[in-house]
Amino acid sequence: MPDEQDLLQAEPPKREIIGTGYTFGTVTDQIASVVLTKRTPLFWFASFAVGFGLLLVFLWSVVLLLAKGVGIWGIRMPVAWGFAITNFVWWIGIGHAGTLISAILLLLNQQWRNSINRFAEAMTLFAVASAGMFPLLHLGRPWLFYWLFPYPNSMAVQPNFRSPLVWDVFAVSTYATVSLLFWFVGLLPDLATLRDRSTHRLPRFLYGILAMGWRGSARHWASHEVASLLLAGLATPLVLSVHTVVSFDFTIAIVPGWHSTFFPPYFVAGAIYSGFAMVLVLAIPLRKVYGLEGLITLRHLQNSAKVLLATGLIVAYSYVMEQFMAWYGGNT
Amino acid sequence: MTKTIYGMMAEFDTPGALVNAAREARAKGYRKLDAYSPFPIEELSEALHLHKSRLPLIVLIGGILGGLTGYLMQYYVTVLYFPINVAGRPLHSWPAYIIITFEMTILFAALSAVFGLLALCGLPMPYHPVFNVPRFALASRNRFFLCIEATDPLFDRKATSDFLGTLEPREVSEVAH
Repeated sequence: MPDEQDLLQAEPPKREIIGTGYTFGTVTDQIASVVLTKRTPLFWFASFAVGFGLLLVFLWSVVLLLAKGVGIWGIRMPVAWGFAITNFVWWIGIGHAGTLISAILLLLNQQWRNSINRFAEAMTLFAVASAGMFPLLHLGRPWLFYWLFPYPNSMAVQPNFRSPLVWDVFAVSTYATVSLLFWFVGLLPDLATLRDRSTHRLPRFLYGILAMGWRGSARHWASHEVASLLLAGLATPLVLSVHTVVSFDFTIAIVPGWHSTFFPPYFVAGAIYSGFAMVLVLAIPLRKVYGLEGLITLRHLQNSAKVLLATGLIVAYSYVMEQFMAWYGGNT
Repeated sequence: MTKTIYGMMAEFDTPGALVNAAREARAKGYRKLDAYSPFPIEELSEALHLHKSRLPLIVLIGGILGGLTGYLMQYYVTVLYFPINVAGRPLHSWPAYIIITFEMTILFAALSAVFGLLALCGLPMPYHPVFNVPRFALASRNRFFLCIEATDPLFDRKATSDFLGTLEPREVSEVAH
């Protein structure tokens, strides 16, 4: 009969974040091999094909839109909102989980975030890029999008800073920029690792350019730590404000049923809910295909599920309250 | 005539050994030293007596400038340059300015954080002598390096190399220029 002590040690310690048996070297090797491997898994080509197919659908829709105008979205109904803004809100929301993981969980010292934050931040970037398409396309004449920025022009007109649509321009472009910066600052040491690990000239040159000569010096790290914390402190109010501003698109106007102080927290909770769901949608196949089960463990999935549960409950409460407010306020 | 070198570098297996070595080197009187590791080690800043980073100040200034830019830009446009009476609302409608002011604060602060970081680290720097040590590629994987630079007044090729040898490194090597 096995000793009781042995049985206890066979179970990984509760607070352990990644699987047992990893060293600094093997963690580096495993993650670097995902990028530097010569054999691209079949899964990658399959997902690329699906993504590319969807992109073609998007391009076809854009052509149709530009040829026929925004009327094809059926936006002549005065109470229901259009197709573009729902897509916009959805994509921005997806992006919010990445910023939440990278910024808020960093400030809260949740170390399990380190296994999933980089890909979640990358997800944020792509989500924001997708989100940006929809407000641009709904302009009707998207090629004149720069009219939204205050710049000296020969027409001598300027945007209306009292309009939530102009707030959106600033909120979303700031959000995209800060997400990119945060991602890059976190990536800098990783790029240096890839530079040192790659065996061919071209990848080493490209990663070398991107890593900018990062050497992992104690001076570098000291500034890097401060910069990460500061960026996290800046991104945290930003992520909450962006979806608040997005909800202002609906609530600032006095359309009955939409004019409500209730929208900002409701939108933010919904964003984190859908974003974490997307993190899981991406993480579960990724850990399987690239054999990362030891780095993205069940604990990560469990923690993400807890966030999903909490934000899901907030969203469920919001749905109920939205109806209640409309009924109670007679604002229907 | 001996060729000038950048410094002497010792390689260690664990973060603890590197921190110890940095402390010992400071205690021995060496001042021009730097430590290299694949991830941040908090004790190193204290062991090397690094100054507190000036980054928070840079970010604060950036944020204040951003906030002022955001607010003044809106004030200038709506009050001075392009005043429009919308349903009798005041031209200087400051509550509506808050959001863009906030966003510009964050944007400028974040940009100053990143450019400040690059400036404080002296990046981009495509060439640095430490990269001449072949094993230094492991500094981004799982090895820890301490480099005593030749500009240190106490530096002596033989004595410094012997001193680093007493710290139980895996290897001591010269860093060519």
